[in-house]
Amino acid sequence: MGLESFLLVGAVIFSIGLYGTLSKRNVITVLMSLELMFNAVNITAVALSRYIVPAGLAQDPGATADQVVHLLLAGQVFAIFIVTVAAAEVALGVAIVIAVYRNRETVFVTDANQLRH
Amino acid sequence: MGQAMSLGAGTEASVVTDIAFWVIAASSIVAAIAVVHLRDLFRAALFLVVSFLGVAGMFVLLRAEFLAIVQVLIYVGAVSVLIIFAILMTRDVEHGNPSNRLRIPAALLSLLFLGATAFVVLDTEWNLLDEAISPDGPAVAAGGLELAAETVAKVEEVYANTIPVIAELLLRDFVLAFEVASVLLLAAIIGALALVRER
Repeated sequence: MGLESFLLVGAVIFSIGLYGTLSKRNVITVLMSLELMFNAVNITAVALSRYIVPAGLAQDPGATADQVVHLLLAGQVFAIFIVTVAAAEVALGVAIVIAVYRNRETVFVTDANQLRH
Repeated sequence: MGQAMSLGAGTEASVVTDIAFWVIAASSIVAAIAVVHLRDLFRAALFLVVSFLGVAGMFVLLRAEFLAIVQVLIYVGAVSVLIIFAILMTRDVEHGNPSNRLRIPAALLSLLFLGATAFVVLDTEWNLLDEAISPDGPAVAAGGLELAAETVAKVEEVYANTIPVIAELLLRDFVLAFEVASVLLLAAIIGALALVRER
């Protein structure tokens, strides 16, 4: 267990999510794959902030300023914002899925083509 | 202090945390594959919950306990319920979960991405925090970065209790993003209500 293993797990989950997002016709599977990708990004952000020396400390190894040490947890704060955006995204996504289903009786992304012609 | 680093205490390379990590990693990856591959959407959503829980476990191993709780509350509690509602309201049982015609290019692109990312991860020389704070770490022994004693003490203090530091970061350094995020959530709620309202 170390930085590399966390980053590799994140990369694997992100790739699975990427595959699902690009290759599935059912929009709910696409939404679930998007959530997998968000989770992979969160793992990566938190692992980097846990294992890497912040740039402020690396440039000035003697620094004791609170600001510099607080940068240690910046990755966790980014992850919190990503969770917020993902929650908003999935709420809107599900609303759009239900609106499209009501109008077109379909959940396939290939059938939602009103804007094409 | 000396050798007894509180930062390393919970996450040092002990066998138990190693086993826990690999079990959690394997189960969340297998669950992620199941999400993409199962034909039954409802089961896929249940495997999505397993994957979310695995990610929460990984946050615990990364000393991000607050994020682990957030993960369980928001993803396992809210997002998966929303998705299951969506599946129940739009059930298309006879069609299942087919792929579109981009299946093979998508698989190739994902494998390419995975290979590139793995290469970058394994090829980079990371500036590791654990080595910089321990006085006889390999990086320090090789003449690498060594942090001052007060900085090391501060780092340990931060990781002993992360929640006050996160609160200070959220409400001071990132306060503008914090407020914008609340406006975003409000807009998402209003938008979702407007979209699903019966006319």
